[in-house]
Amino acid sequence: MDMEKITPNKNQKLPNEIAMTSVAPKQQSSQNTISETEDHEDFRLFGLIAFLIADGMTFAGFFAAYLTFKAVNPLPAGAIYELELPLPTLNTILLLVSSITFHRAGKFLEKRDSRACQKWLIITGLLGAAFLVSQMFEYFSLPFGLTDNLFASTFYALTGFHGLHVTLGSIMILIVWWQTRTPGGRINYENKFPFEAAELYWHFVDGIWVVLFIILYLL
Amino acid sequence: MGSSVPKTSAILTLIISISLAVLGVWIAYNIKMLPIEASQNSPVYDELFKVLFIIGTILFIGMVAIVLYSLFQFRRRAGDEGDGIPLEGNISLEIFWTAIPAIVILFVGLYSYDIYDRMGGMSPLMHHENSSNSNPLDQKIWGGIGSDSIESSNTDNSMVLPIELTAMQFAFIFHYPKGDIITGELHVPVGKKVSLKMESKDVIHAFWVPQFRLKQDVIPGQPTVLNFTPTKAGTYPIVCAELCGPYHGGMRSNVIVDELNEYDNWFQQNAKETI
Amino acid sequence: MTISLDPTNPSSKKLQPTGWLRYFSFSLDHKVIGLQYLICGFIFYLIGGALAGAIRIELTSPLSDFMPREVYNQVLTLHGTIMIFLWIVPVVNGAFGNYLIPFYVGARDMAFPRLNAVAFWLIPPSGLMLISSYFINGAAQSGWTAYPPLSITTPAAGQIIWILSVLLLGGSSIFGGINFIATILKLRRPGLKLMQLPMFCWAMLGTSLLVVISTPVLAGTLILLSFDIVAHTGFFNPNLGGNVIVYQHLFWFYSHPAVYIMVLPAFGLVSEILPVHCRKPLFGYATMVYSIMGIVVLGLIVWAHHMFTSGTPPWMRLFFTIATSFIAVPTGIKFFNWVATLWGGKISLNSAILFSCGFIVNFVLGGITGVALAQVPFDVHVHDTYFVVAHFHYIVYGGSVFVIFSSIYHWFPKFTGKMLNENLGRFHFALTFIGFNLCFAPQHWLGLNGMPRRVAEYDPQFELVNQISSMGALLMALSTLPFLFNVFQSAFQGKDAGDNPWKALTPEWLTSSPPPVENWKGEAPLVIEPYGYGKNNSQQESKITK
Ligand code: HEA
Ligand code: HEA
Ligand code: CUA
Ligand SMILES: [Cu+2]
Repeated sequence: MDMEKITPNKNQKLPNEIAMTSVAPKQQSSQNTISETEDHEDFRLFGLIAFLIADGMTFAGFFAAYLTFKAVNPLPAGAIYELELPLPTLNTILLLVSSITFHRAGKFLEKRDSRACQKWLIITGLLGAAFLVSQMFEYFSLPFGLTDNLFASTFYALTGFHGLHVTLGSIMILIVWWQTRTPGGRINYENKFPFEAAELYWHFVDGIWVVLFIILYLL
Repeated sequence: MGSSVPKTSAILTLIISISLAVLGVWIAYNIKMLPIEASQNSPVYDELFKVLFIIGTILFIGMVAIVLYSLFQFRRRAGDEGDGIPLEGNISLEIFWTAIPAIVILFVGLYSYDIYDRMGGMSPLMHHENSSNSNPLDQKIWGGIGSDSIESSNTDNSMVLPIELTAMQFAFIFHYPKGDIITGELHVPVGKKVSLKMESKDVIHAFWVPQFRLKQDVIPGQPTVLNFTPTKAGTYPIVCAELCGPYHGGMRSNVIVDELNEYDNWFQQNAKETI
Repeated sequence: MTISLDPTNPSSKKLQPTGWLRYFSFSLDHKVIGLQYLICGFIFYLIGGALAGAIRIELTSPLSDFMPREVYNQVLTLHGTIMIFLWIVPVVNGAFGNYLIPFYVGARDMAFPRLNAVAFWLIPPSGLMLISSYFINGAAQSGWTAYPPLSITTPAAGQIIWILSVLLLGGSSIFGGINFIATILKLRRPGLKLMQLPMFCWAMLGTSLLVVISTPVLAGTLILLSFDIVAHTGFFNPNLGGNVIVYQHLFWFYSHPAVYIMVLPAFGLVSEILPVHCRKPLFGYATMVYSIMGIVVLGLIVWAHHMFTSGTPPWMRLFFTIATSFIAVPTGIKFFNWVATLWGGKISLNSAILFSCGFIVNFVLGGITGVALAQVPFDVHVHDTYFVVAHFHYIVYGGSVFVIFSSIYHWFPKFTGKMLNENLGRFHFALTFIGFNLCFAPQHWLGLNGMPRRVAEYDPQFELVNQISSMGALLMALSTLPFLFNVFQSAFQGKDAGDNPWKALTPEWLTSSPPPVENWKGEAPLVIEPYGYGKNNSQQESKITK
């Protein structure tokens, strides 16, 4: 673009004038025509994604450590590292379904049907809680403890760190559910950023679980 | 950009840089910057050092010369309030100074690969020990640099002196399997290849003999191997080079390189079983 | 046409104190936060420097006589940790990033002002915690790298405190990184294109990507390490079947990128300072941008060059040698472009330029020794010796710290509206430059000739050279005096700077000095040529005469 440059010799207002005249209206639409709240959401969601990338890298570090341990460190004789599959498979299904129900809740929020939205949120929350219960159940039925051997430690570290995420997500669902109540709730189809954030986070936690399931139980 | 810069000063800079680079070469060959060479590895290392030193000096002095020259030549004269020449870039220049370092780096990389190979870094480890060893830890042995391939890949077992090193806070302990000798100081004969198998009892240590230009970490739960051939009789320090606790600085020993007959004497005196 | 660039809730602004008090408050103003980072970081620099002084005093004699050996290890661990996590990283990222980025993208604040304040306020407590561990039960003493199993066997309390504070500082820098990425990519003033941003934005974008990608891995690693210490798991404990090398891989996966986190913003700052004082456009803008991204990508795949003497297979050593060496190419591009920026300019030989050129000279030397270290066969001799200590001090001190000083000389008028005393500044430069080289150049020789690092006692043959090095450290310590005097004196009695004493074209100078709370009285200016020095001279003059 053929624009004048800004020099310190010009007075302070000039740059603004340049800005006003030289920018074609269409180019700036993204920032200017949308209402202020939506403008906010845009980069709040962006920030959340950046955070999730960071969070994902923590898991990536754990996975890398686990895979290396498995490749190079022999376990003491008698150590168990074949895991039972039924419970974790159930867990996978629980989480995958909960992702779908969360999504449904979002659809209803968009349709301004807060009651249906709340219903689906409850289902999601219950699924999350069921996951945690069944995870606990697995912990107690396992034949090894945290410090038994390298595999055991890594297993608990990975699933525990993930479980922490699920717990956090369930609490978030609870809050979102409370805030979507029709008179008085702060979250609705106009202000749905908190809802979207919780949903994105939940999908992320599910995705991590799938990777974890494959690496830890299937490999 | 040539027009505003007097040609003579450009030529002058060139001459000065070249003579400084020559100075760098001279320093590299004439001023001792490394301890004496006492293993087959050392001369190879020092050759690499010289090449890196020369390249480094040329680059460094060249950069300093250009910066100093610019600061002097293009300094703002009193009363001059104007701006410089509005040069914003130059594609061919950019290509030029991307290509030059890339070529230098490629050269350095290939050259140091060659050096690494000559130091025995690429040859398989432990080919001289009984490879039927079923200890799982032995199968994942990792090695340092050895000097195997320098002498025409001589894999004759009788030519190699195997020694075991155990490191602990804060001492090195050497064990000679042949005579069942246990000692705190390493004795080796000139000209014979030594194969050190190292393991640590507690934390990470490192075995370093500056005169041999060799270093390898001694790792708990992970045996490592270091091969070398001493070439010069004398007593050299063994230094622990990995922080291992309060007395890390005091964790030292000596390697005593003997002529062959002296070594044999020492060996006969200390060996538990006669061979 | 109203542009809503202000992400903060206007009502919260009313609660913000003004005047000096705001620097001690939970302020949301990016300029206040930036200066908080700077001042807080500088205090930690003095503490870290005092610890370095203790190291250099101990090393004036070959015996371990100035302090007990454990204490020496604690001192060097705290020195390294403080200098990296509480001085360089928060200052080059937090201080200058926060102060400048909103100006450069034409915003009134950062994308997430509250997160920004939280990120800053994590720093003083974790720093204090780290230092207080020295008095409680003995600080961590396994070096800033905290390699297990040493870090598992040394007294647990100090190590745990060390882990906690590094975790908090890591969290702080992740929050900061997210904020910078969002601000640069999402909060840009309408009409401002990415390729029109000042170079510092690109440097911060690259740095923040590295922060977001690599810091969490460090966090995960340290969590595992703390499990080993408190819960007696065996991740890195060979007695329990663990693997100590895995820790090293994970640690360096963060800590190598961390060195670029310490230096990329400094590259950006130099790119802002040089054009102003040379009165020339930044040479090769586009290639500068690409080279930053090249460094980011390469920086993520070179970590194992710190492990050449650990247990690494040959193929890995060679791969990391080649990858590491190639970082010299994008880095070299930046240096040649800076030199080309100097070339043909009208250079004011002021303190800012002197420190920037000192940076170029020192960094090139540190970079060249870095490329030498990257060659496996070379590294097996000098790994963990004073050669490495010399290499990285040439880069972190001769590079990053020199740039921080340069930046303070350059932006002090913006921060305060007052000029710093130039003569004192040049004196400061001379003292620092001489002291620095006297301190660290001899250490190359020490390393090559057999002195390992992290030792309180050494062979008598190294005594003289160590004493020379300590003399240099003394000069460096003394050099802080004229600087501090200059800053305090000028802040109160300095000559008024006016709004734009350097006649600079970057946006932060197009407002008053110090700037008003929301950066501009009116709308944010659109600066599409931040380096347009010397262009359209005739046009410019004709405008003035009109
Ligand atoms: C800001 C910090 C910083 C930076 C930017 C760098 C940059 C580099 N570092 Fe350094 N390094 C450290 C901080 C840093 N380092 C620290 C703290 C340690 C020690 C950690 C510890 O153990 O405690 C360390 C250790 C370290 C090691 C391990 C040594 C060992 O422990 O054995 C290695 C090995 O490869 C290395 C290499 C490099 C290289 C190749 C670069 C390159 O990026 C340099 C590139 C720059 C140039 C090359 C100069 C400019 C280029 C030109 C002028 C072009 C022409 C040049 C050529 C063709 C060569 N560094
Ligand atoms: C990142 C930045 C950084 C900076 C800026 C410095 C700055 C300095 N460093 Fe440091 N250093 C490291 C990072 C840094 N260092 C790291 C990472 C290590 C490795 C640690 C490890 O092995 O784990 C290390 C290790 C290290 C060692 C090796 C220790 C060993 O291995 O045994 C030495 C030895 O000389 C040293 C010296 C110095 C000196 C003299 C300075 C000087 O430049 C400091 C100059 C500043 C001052 C002198 C401050 C002046 C002010 C005062 C003196 C006033 C006093 C104030 C009060 C009392 C309140 N450093
Ligand atoms: Cu053993 Cu240091
Ligand atoms: Cu590195």
